[in-house]
Amino acid sequence: MKKICLSVLGLYLGFIQAFSQAKDSSQYKSRKLSIEEINLVSSYYKQDGSHSAVEGGIGTQKLSDISNVIDLKLVFYDKKYRKHSLVAEAGLDYYSSASSDRIDAKANSSASSSDIRVYPSLSWTMENEQKGRSLNLFASTSTEYDYQSIGFGAAYSQKSKDRNREITVKGQAFLDKVTLIRPVELRPGGEDDENYGSASRNSYSGSVTLSQVVNKRLQMLFVAEFVQQEGFLGLPFNRVYFKDLSMRAEHLPSTRWKLPLGLRASYFLGDKVVLKGFYRFYQDSWGLQAHTAELETSLKLSPVFSLTPFYRFYRQTAVDYFAPYAAHETSEEFFTSNFDLGDFNSHFAGMGFRYVPVGGVFGVKHWNMVELRYGHYTRSNDLSANIISMHVRIKKP
Amino acid sequence: MKIRLIVAVIGLVSYVSGCTTVKEYQKNRINDAEMDLSTRKVQKTELSFQSYREGASGANGGKTGGGCGCN
Repeated sequence: MKKICLSVLGLYLGFIQAFSQAKDSSQYKSRKLSIEEINLVSSYYKQDGSHSAVEGGIGTQKLSDISNVIDLKLVFYDKKYRKHSLVAEAGLDYYSSASSDRIDAKANSSASSSDIRVYPSLSWTMENEQKGRSLNLFASTSTEYDYQSIGFGAAYSQKSKDRNREITVKGQAFLDKVTLIRPVELRPGGEDDENYGSASRNSYSGSVTLSQVVNKRLQMLFVAEFVQQEGFLGLPFNRVYFKDLSMRAEHLPSTRWKLPLGLRASYFLGDKVVLKGFYRFYQDSWGLQAHTAELETSLKLSPVFSLTPFYRFYRQTAVDYFAPYAAHETSEEFFTSNFDLGDFNSHFAGMGFRYVPVGGVFGVKHWNMVELRYGHYTRSNDLSANIISMHVRIKKP
Repeated sequence: MKIRLIVAVIGLVSYVSGCTTVKEYQKNRINDAEMDLSTRKVQKTELSFQSYREGASGANGGKTGGGCGCN
């Protein structure tokens, strides 16, 4: 842990040092490729609960996750003075999970007790500032021990002539591969049987976003998205216990569509308060319906310091195939005891602060901003979690 | 349910169609960093754990595919 902290600190200082040697490039719309900003987001997440899907809806859900994501944004202008932005991002998560550890018989020592996820991505945006349009292409990968994902997509945005309205059309695809690690009891060769095999899971989504400046203090955004998934959509190591106490691995349909509709608004109240609201309606083909409502307030205590208390409420109904431990009939075609797909409400509340000093954080002129945020999460089906995140932005003054 | 959705869409359309034109020089509040409508980078891991721990995802800047949620 100490080594990770020192490495992250070293990384920050290294980038600050790199910036301090950069030449002044304040020339208006310099066409040279230059670093616009570097962002580093670090998070620590910890949860506990008593409905582990790996153990069929009972057992510990203790889990911790350390996440670090760094991105580098490069900008240049072409001959037609169109702005090109390149964003290279790299993410690394380390997590340990008590429930995943129960896939095998030897708890606390099995291969699944912890894992590392690596997820680099690349994005290119070409923006014609005069015509108010932009084109974005992006690609990403994500690799875990038992899961690989390749994603790519494109987005096109057009602003209205008065720059008060913008419409964005986006399409993306994720081509995933799941390694079929079954619970140890269901592997023909027992714990040493590593002929897992694999299956595909593909997700395709399309979205339309409309943002609108309503007046001098209010702006709104509406998003309609449609997602189609196909392939192996369950998790192979999730156990399901039936009424007769026989056990099988979770089995879910091989297709699923999702329809999330989101509405977001931000309102400047007086001179020192910004209210931000979010509502989402969600429906999918497995019978899950959900509502999400969130409110965040930014209190500008000074021109450079803001406090951001927030609260989020979430409610979902269970998928048609969910039943708790030992409640499924053996005659059912599809079944899961994963409480993430069950019926519950959740509350997520916390506080953050944002500090953007004129001369840089701690007087380091390229350290443009620091934001810290803490949240506590509770779910009505006995799961709670805490998360703390920090965002550091390095930018030319 | 459908009626509520239709009412919401009509309300949204009528509200947006009643917008006033805001000139660039009048956008000092709209252009404030705190007014940004997209989710902030500091929320990245929050969106990720919510998409794993909850059945719904999408329409909020988070991912709608690509990722295991295995834990």
